[in-house]
This record gives sequence, C-alpha cells and structure tokens, in this order.
Amino acid sequence: MIQVSHLTKYYGARSAVEDLTFEVAKGEIVGFLGPNGAGKSTTMKILSGFMPASEGNVTVAGFDVTKNPIELKRSVGYLPETPPVYGEMTVEDYVEFAAKLKQVPKTQLKKAVTYAVDRTGLGPVRKRLIGNLSKGYQQRVGLAQALVHNPPVMILDEPTVGLDPKQIIEIRELIKGLAGDHTVILSSHILPEVTATCHRIVVINRGKIAAVDTIEQLTSRLRKGLIYSMTVKTPLIQGIEALKQVSGVQSITQAGPKLVIEMRPGGAEIRDQLVEIAVAQKLGVLEFSAERVSLEEIFLQLTTEERPA
Amino acid sequence: MIRNTWVVASKDFKSYFTSPIAYIVIAGFMVIMGWMFFFNLSHFNMQNLQYQQFNMGKAASITDGIIRPLYGNMNVIFLFLVPFITMRLFAEEKKNKTIALLFTAPLTLTEIILGKFISSYLLIAVMLALTFTYPIILMITGNPDLGPILTSNIGTLLLTGCYLSLGVFFSSLTENQIVAGALTFAAGLFFWLISWATQSAGPVWSDILMYLSLISHYNNFSQGLLSSTDVFFYLSFMFLGLFLTHRVLDSYRWR
Ligand SMILES: Nc1ncnc2c1ncn2[C@@H]1O[C@H](COP(=O)(O)OP(=O)(O)OP(=O)(O)O)[C@@H](O)[C@H]1O
Ligand SMILES: [Mg+2]
Repeated sequence: MIQVSHLTKYYGARSAVEDLTFEVAKGEIVGFLGPNGAGKSTTMKILSGFMPASEGNVTVAGFDVTKNPIELKRSVGYLPETPPVYGEMTVEDYVEFAAKLKQVPKTQLKKAVTYAVDRTGLGPVRKRLIGNLSKGYQQRVGLAQALVHNPPVMILDEPTVGLDPKQIIEIRELIKGLAGDHTVILSSHILPEVTATCHRIVVINRGKIAAVDTIEQLTSRLRKGLIYSMTVKTPLIQGIEALKQVSGVQSITQAGPKLVIEMRPGGAEIRDQLVEIAVAQKLGVLEFSAERVSLEEIFLQLTTEERPA
Repeated sequence: MIRNTWVVASKDFKSYFTSPIAYIVIAGFMVIMGWMFFFNLSHFNMQNLQYQQFNMGKAASITDGIIRPLYGNMNVIFLFLVPFITMRLFAEEKKNKTIALLFTAPLTLTEIILGKFISSYLLIAVMLALTFTYPIILMITGNPDLGPILTSNIGTLLLTGCYLSLGVFFSSLTENQIVAGALTFAAGLFFWLISWATQSAGPVWSDILMYLSLISHYNNFSQGLLSSTDVFFYLSFMFLGLFLTHRVLDSYRWR
C-alpha cells in the first residue's frame, strides 16, 4: 500500500532523511519510531504529498507522489504535527469543509461528517468553536479531518501527543479499529505508544532507518540473551566453574558476592538447574533474579550512537 | 475544478464575517462613501443653484460633478482597504499551519489560489453593490447618464481586482499579516503613482510608465468608455499577480 524507495530530503544543503526504503502492506499499522529530529515528520509530509522529495520514489495506494499527486491525496488522510484546524469554525462546519475539500459526494456529505465526528468522539462538542476546545479535542478534530473521506491510507504524525491518559487509550483503540480497512502509518518518539498499537515498526534515527521489523522479532533479534544475577554467601571458584558447565550459559562474571550469568540467546529455561547446582556446590544462595532487556533499551541501543547495536 | 475553487472561496468568504474585519471594513467604507456622496451632492446642488441665479450658463453635468469624483474617491478608499481584506488569506494559514489541510487535499494550487482570490473579490463585490444606493438616489432625483455609471463600476471592479492580486501575492510571501498588508499598500500606491514620474522621464520611458500605471487605465472608464486595451491591462495585471503567487507557494512547499 505504501512503497518508499531511496527517499532523500534535503533542507538546503543538510539532509533530513537519507535513502529511506520500506514498505507497508494493506491493512497494516506501522509505527514510525525515532527520537526528536530523526526525520519522522519530514517523511510523513512527503508521503502525504505536502512536500516534494529531493530524491527517491514514493507510491501510496498505487499512486506516485510526483506523477499523480491529486489521486494520491484523495486516498490519504493526513494528520500533521499541528492539527490544521481553524479556531473560528465550529467542529461540524470544519469537518464538513474538510469533507468538501476532499471531494466527498454531496449526497454522502452528511453521513461522512457524522461518521468522522462520532468515530473521534466529538459528538458532544460538534457545535462548539474549535478555538475554544482543549488541545486534546483539537487533536481529535484533526483526526476527524483525516478520517472524513474514509481514505484507504492514514498518515498520522504523533496522533496522541498532548492527550490525557484516558484520551490516549481511546485514540489508540480508534487507531487499532482502523486496521484492516485502512492502512495506517503513525509516528512517535515514545516506544509504548508504538508497541500498544502497531504491528510493525520502522525505527529511524538521524534520517536513516535503524531497523524495520515486528516488535517480537526486534526484541529477540536484539536480545543479548537473558541475564541472571545471583548473590551468594561463599563464591567458591569450583562452584562457579560448575555453573559455567551448564549448557546455555555463555559467561559468568563475578563481582564480590554477585555473579552475573549471561545466557546464550534463544536458550531453554534452565533456572532450576542453575539453582540446584549452586545449592549442591554449597555456594549459599542469597538472591537470584532475572534481568530483562526492555524494548526501551533496544530502542536506545538502536538510536544511540555510542552503543552501536 | 469549479467546485474545488468554490469550496475554498465560500469558506474564506464566510470566515470574513466570523472575525470583526469584514464588519469594520464595510462600515468604514460605507461611512466614508456616504459622507463623500452627500458632500459632493450638496456641493453640486449649491453650484447649480449659483449658476442659475447668476445666469452663468450650464453647470457641470451629474457625471462630471458627482459620478466621477464618487468613483474616483472609491478607488482611493479601496487602495487603503484592500490590504485589510487580503492580508490574512495565506499569511494566517502559513502561521497556523492550516495550509497543510489545503496542500494535502486533492486540489491543485491554482484552485486554492483562485478560491482565495475570489473570496476577497466577493467581499469587494458586496461593498460595491452597497454603493448602488447612490446612483439609485441620483436616478430618482435627477437624470444621470447611465453609461459612465456602468463603466465606472466595471473599471472600479477591475482596478480593485489588481489590488487584490497584489494582496494575495504579498500574503503568500510571509507569515506576518501586518507585513503582508503593509507591502500590499505600498505596492498598490506605487502602481498608482507611477504615472507621476512620467513628467520627468524621457519620451519612451514616460510611455512605459504611463502604461504601467494602474490609474491611467481608469480614465476611460470614468468617461463612459470601455476600451479593450484597459480591460486587457487590468486582467493581465491580475493574472501576473496570481501567477507569481503560484510560484511562491510552489517553492514554499519545497522548503
Ligand atoms: N523547514 C525546515 N528547514 C530546515 N530544516 C528542517 C525543517 N524542518 C525540519 N528540519 C530539520 O530536519 C530534521 C528532521 O526534522 P523532523 O521534523 O522531520 O523530525 P521529527 O522526527 O519529526 O522530530 P520530532 O520528534 O521532534 O517531531 C531536523 O534536524 C530538523 O531540524
Ligand atoms: Mg515531528
């Protein structure tokens, strides 16, 4: 549904995104994840036809962004970083204006407006001036505008920014509900946002793609294996050697009474065995725990230059 | 094409009336025009009376005494008011980032620009229509020549269209409405007064400057003459203004 190949964008002489290549399949929700200034908004502006690319090809819903911009725009609902709403209009008038702009046929205009307003939970404020609504509600109005012509592709730039926790959950549910009928690409610089809604993520950093994968794959691909830590009363050398012999253990480092046991990636569950041996070797186990590598760490790993993944 | 342009034009036209701008502009316009009309009228009557009293022959016609100064003055007032009408058209959209809605809707840039231009033109048309009261008063009380009234309206509409195209252009250049308005006024004044320089310019230059002057093309209209040269000049001027706007906004997308 979305094909991006070798996309590059220069602002003056500086490049904001460089050689991006990825695809999004029909009905998928893909998260665009990256720290501030990574180039997420820039990419989304190009995908929506707002801004031309410097190099590369972009096809959305079968339309080339430079050759068929009008058809492409008709198939795309775009929510920019700042919701493009007119403060002096009422919610209903604005959504109707957006529907007309997006060439919703006259006979379906009312239905389309009602659909977008209801779906984004704007029913109670439909007659109010947008300028008097809270930031969260203005964000929803922006979303209603992107939804009103029922486009096959939705491009949402940080859709939940500025919302309260309850609203965030509601909007996430809304976006999840769009999957299947719609292809969605949304951006975020916070990981839980993406894990909560997306099937797949594209991690972008400094204008380049750092990883493209499903969340599960990404976790297991990057996991350095589980790490256990064991605190013992008497760290005897032979006991530690015995632990090292257990299959699946990669290395053990000792720091005083604390043993850090690093496992090979994708090994079997052997915690029982480790504890049994430690007891048999009379190490005197005081504490045993597993340390998880969280997705946040992976994200940091991917996007922090000092620690190449 | 027409539908898309109309969607933009009608929305912008309506939004003039959701802010105080349109009301202030229209009210200011009507007050000044009304004052000028009745001032001209009473002056004209007085003169006529004096001419009759002292048997000095025929006084000026209604066309020369009332119609021409009325529309002449109206053109000056529009020069002052147009910047207020056009300054927000693109500048505000750029500042509030609402331009993203227009630029990602399935519309061409031409449709967007024409829509904005027409919305401002509609407001001018409304204001001009409100001044029809004056010719009607003249028709009830006297016997004015209808030709010059008609051509003065056409001329005013065309001349003001040129100011509007300047306004649309300057509004597309900046995010700052005040800057857009000030530049519009300065440019309008420049193209108005350019004919003054003809006196000191050489023969070729004075012809060129005279041709470029917005006001020199209005003279025929005020005398009841409709010349294709003048109409062509005004239409080309508007086209050029809107064309440059297209160029500016197209390159704005690249940044
Ligand atoms: N109009 C512009 N002119 C010049 N540089 C720009 C412009 N817009 C963005 N940039 C630069 O391009 C880079 C990418 O910006 P972009 O807005 O795409 O990042 P982002 O991933 O959306 O960040 P954020 O999470 O802060 O929204 C940044 O370094 C930014 O400074
Ligand atoms: Mg951004």
